[in-house]
Amino acid sequence: MARVRVMGRPPAAPATPSGNLLLGLVALGTVFMLLMGFLGTVKTGVLFNEANLLFAALTFYAASTVLYIGFAMTGTERFVRFAWLATWAGFVSNTLAAAHRWYTAGHAPFSNIYEMLLAFIWAVAALTLFVQRKYGVKVIGTITMPVAVVGVVLMQLLPSDVHPLVPALQSTWLHIHVTLAMLSYAACAVSFALAMMFLIQDKMRTESFLASTSALIALVYAGALSRFAGGGLKVVAQNPETGGDLFIQRGVPLMVVIPELGWLFAIVLAALLAPLALYAWAHWKHDDRGYAWANRAFVVAMILQVLAAAAFVLRARGGQYASPMADGIFPTALANSPFILAGLLSGLLASALYLMLAWRREGLQQMLPSADTLDRLTYKTIGVAFPLLTLMIAAGAYWANQTWGSYWSWDPKETAALVTWLVYAGYLHMRIARGWRGRRAACFAVLGFAVVMFTFFGVTYLLPGLHAYA
Amino acid sequence: MAPQAHSTRRQLWQLLGSVRTGIILLIIVGLAVMAGTLILQRPITEPAKLHQAYSPQTLRLLDTLRLTDVFHSGWFVLLLSLLSANIVVASINRFPIAWRYFSRPMRRAEPHLFTSLAMKQAIPVQGSQVDMEKVELAFRRAGWKPQYVSDDRGSVSLYAERFRFARLAPFVVHASLLLILAGGIIDAVWGYKGFIALGQNESTNQLELPDGTHKALPFAIRCDGAGQENYPDGTPKRWWSRLTVLENGRQVQRKEIAVNDPLTYRGLRFYQASYGATGEVAGVRLLVTPKNGGAKQEFWLKLDETFSLDKDATVRITQFIPDFVVVENHIESRSDQPNNPAVQISVQSKQAAENKIWLFPKFPEFTHANNTGFDFRVQDLQMGYFTGLQVSHEPGQWAVWAGVIVMGLALALVFYFVHVRLWALPVDDGPGRLVLWLGASASKNREDFERRFGDLVDVVKQDLKAQASAAKRQRAELMAVK
Repeated sequence: MARVRVMGRPPAAPATPSGNLLLGLVALGTVFMLLMGFLGTVKTGVLFNEANLLFAALTFYAASTVLYIGFAMTGTERFVRFAWLATWAGFVSNTLAAAHRWYTAGHAPFSNIYEMLLAFIWAVAALTLFVQRKYGVKVIGTITMPVAVVGVVLMQLLPSDVHPLVPALQSTWLHIHVTLAMLSYAACAVSFALAMMFLIQDKMRTESFLASTSALIALVYAGALSRFAGGGLKVVAQNPETGGDLFIQRGVPLMVVIPELGWLFAIVLAALLAPLALYAWAHWKHDDRGYAWANRAFVVAMILQVLAAAAFVLRARGGQYASPMADGIFPTALANSPFILAGLLSGLLASALYLMLAWRREGLQQMLPSADTLDRLTYKTIGVAFPLLTLMIAAGAYWANQTWGSYWSWDPKETAALVTWLVYAGYLHMRIARGWRGRRAACFAVLGFAVVMFTFFGVTYLLPGLHAYA
Repeated sequence: MAPQAHSTRRQLWQLLGSVRTGIILLIIVGLAVMAGTLILQRPITEPAKLHQAYSPQTLRLLDTLRLTDVFHSGWFVLLLSLLSANIVVASINRFPIAWRYFSRPMRRAEPHLFTSLAMKQAIPVQGSQVDMEKVELAFRRAGWKPQYVSDDRGSVSLYAERFRFARLAPFVVHASLLLILAGGIIDAVWGYKGFIALGQNESTNQLELPDGTHKALPFAIRCDGAGQENYPDGTPKRWWSRLTVLENGRQVQRKEIAVNDPLTYRGLRFYQASYGATGEVAGVRLLVTPKNGGAKQEFWLKLDETFSLDKDATVRITQFIPDFVVVENHIESRSDQPNNPAVQISVQSKQAAENKIWLFPKFPEFTHANNTGFDFRVQDLQMGYFTGLQVSHEPGQWAVWAGVIVMGLALALVFYFVHVRLWALPVDDGPGRLVLWLGASASKNREDFERRFGDLVDVVKQDLKAQASAAKRQRAELMAVK
C-alpha cells in the first residue's frame, strides 16, 4: 500500500530545473507515511518493533526509489544527495529490523524465505551504498532500490511469525552458508545492474532491450502457467487457522483453482511474445517499421500485465475456490502465492524501467559512467560474487555432510547453485583467458543473474527438494 | 606421414586444452545438470511415479539415454573426465610461461622490454647523472621495496615488484578443482551409504544399503538410549541417541549423537536420521505389596520377563496395550502413544492356578480384585522406541574439503592480488641528454594500476626537478666562490 502511495506521484512532475517539486512531494510523502506509522504505534504503545522498523525501511526505500528514478529522468544532482540520505535511513531501519528479529528469535534471521529476503534486501542496500560511495555510480539505485521495495512489499505478504529452528537447521554452518549466499546473490544483483547500464551506454539498440525485457517477463508468465488447470490457475490454499499454507499431507499443499485466470495469463503471455516476434521480424528484414510496431505491442502487453496483476490480486485476496484435490471450497490469500505475486510485480517493474529507457535514453546515457568503467566494475563485482558463491556452495556442502551424511546429493537447489557457479566460471574464463570485453561479457553477466534468480526463487517454486524449509 | 600424424596429434592436444573447448564443456555440463534436475531421476523416484509422469515411449527413450539417472551415467562421467582433461592440458600448456614469470623475474630493464610495456614514461633529466637514490626514496615512499640491478655495461637500474605468487594462483584454483573431483570419484567408487534402525539396548553390525542388501561392518553399534526434546509449542527441538561402538564385544567408543553432530569411527559416520515410537513397552516398574504385611518390592520388568516374588510365586508381563479401549468386547489400542496404557500381568504360584490381572497406571485404584496375596501397582513405564541412523563411508571427503579450502584461498589470490612490476632505468637519449625511463606492468586490472603509476611518475618528476635545481644552486655557489 505504502509503495503505491509514494510511487503514485508522477515522477515526471518536476518541470522546474531544481526539482524542488519532486523533493517536496517525496519529503511530504515520507513524513506522511512515517506519521501514519507513528499514529499506529501510539495505539499499540510499542515504537521499536520489527513491523514498525520494516515499515520505516519501506518508506525510506520507496522515497529513495522515487528520487533515484527522478535523477535518472532529469539528471538533477540534488535528487541523488537526498536519495543517498533516504537509502541510508532505510538501511539503518532495515538493520534494526533484522537485529530485532535476531534478538527475539534467538537465531540469525536465515531460517525461512521471509528472513532470507530480509537479509537479501539488507545486502542489496549495503552494496548500493558501497558502489555509489566507492565508485561514484550514482544511478545504481535506480535499478537496485526498486528491487529492495519489491522485496519489502513481498515480505509484508509472507508469513513472518518466528518459528523455532527444526533440528536440521541448528548449525553455525547454516548462518555461514546463508550469509554467503545472500552476499553473493546481492553482488550478482549489482553486477547485473552494472551490466545493464553498460548495455545502455554501449549503444545497444533500445529495441534489443525491448526484446529481452519481454522475453524475461514471458518466462515469468510461462513459469506461472505451469500451474494452468483447465483455464484456471492453481494456487495454494490458505490454512484459516494459521494463515500459512494448507497441507493435505506432509510437503503436499492443497491447491485450489482460480477460474479463468489461467486464460488471462495465457493471453498476457501471447501479448508478450508478440513484440518479440515483431522484433525478430524487423531484425531479420531490417525494417524499422517492425521496431515501431514492437514498441506499440509492448505497451499493449504492459496494459494487459497491469490487468492480469490486478485480477490476480483481487481474486486471490480473500477468495474461496474449489479444489481438484478435495471436496469443498477453500480460502486463498496473497500471502500463499508469494512467488506469483513477486513475478507479476517484477514484470511490471521491468516494463516500467524499459519504458523509462525508451523515453529518456539520451539523458540517461549522459549520466552514466563511461562504458569502460562500467565494464570493469561489472567484472569486479563478479570477482567479489564468484569466490563468495564458491564458499557458499562449500559451506552448504559441509553443513549437508553434518546433517544428512552426504556433502553432495544432487538436490535441485544444489544443482541450480552449481549451474550458477558454472555460468560465472564461464564468464571469468571468457574474460580473463579469451579477452571478452564489452557487450558479450555484459550479456553473459545478465544471463548469470537470471540463473541466480532461478536458483533463489524458481527452484523453490517449481522444484522443491531437501531445501524446502520455508 | 609421420609429421602429419604429429601435427594431428598436436592439433588434438591444442583442441583439448583450449579455453573454447573448456567453455563448451562447461555449457554441456551445465545443460546435463539441468536435465538431471528437471527430469525425474531413477533411484529416488519410484517406478510407478515415473510411469505416471512419462509415456512408455518417452520413458524408454530417457532410459536409453540414461537421462533418468544422469549423475551416475557413463556419459556424465565421461563429460567430467573431459573437463578434467581440458583443465590438465590447458594448465600444462600455460604453466611454463607463468613459471618463467615466477622463477626468473625480469629484474633488469632492457630497452626492448620498455618498448613492449603498456605503462611507461620517459622523464628528461638535467645534468650528467640521475640520482638513483632519490628515485629509490620516491619508490619507498609509495610503498615499494626496490632493489638495485646493474648490468654488464655498469648502468644501474631499479626494480620493484609485488605479489609475484599471483601468477601461479590460477593453477592452484584448477588443481584444487581436480582435487575436489578426485575426492568425488573416490567416494563414488569406494564410498557407501546405508541405514541402521536400533531399539534400546539393541546392537547390530548389519548395514542396510539403499538397494535393500545388507553389508556386515567390522564392528557392532549399540543404542543405549534415544529421545526427542520439544519446544514449548510442541515442534521437535532435538533428537539424540547414545551410541556405543563394540569391537569383538569390547566397548571402544561412546557418544551421544544428535542431528548435526554425528559419531565417527574407523571412517564411518553415524548420523541421527530419524526417531520414533515402536508402540511397544520397554519396561514397567512394579511395586508389589504382600497382603500379609511382608516387605514391599519394587523392580523393573520387561515384556515376557519373569520375576520371583517369593519362594513359590512368580510374576510375568504378558501383554501391553499403549492406548487401551474396549470396542465391542474387544480390547484394542487407539494409537501407539501411551495415552491410556494397560499392562496385563500373570501371577503363578504353587497354591493357585495362573492369575491374569490388568493394571492401568493412569487409574491405579481401578484394579480387579485378585487372590494372589499381593497388591500390584505400576510406578513407572518406559515406551520402546527406535532410532534411525544414517551411516556413510566417504573416504574421499578429505580431498574434497582440502580442495575447497585451497580453492577459496586461491580465488582470493586470483581476484585480489595482482602481480605488478616497476622499473626505473637511466638511458642516454642522444648526446648530452639523459632520460629516466619509468615502466610498469600489471598482470590484471591494468586500469586501476595506471593511476597509481601516474602518481608515482609525478612524484619522481618533482624529486628530480628538486635535484636539478639544487645542483644548479650548488654550481652557482661554486661560481660565486670562484
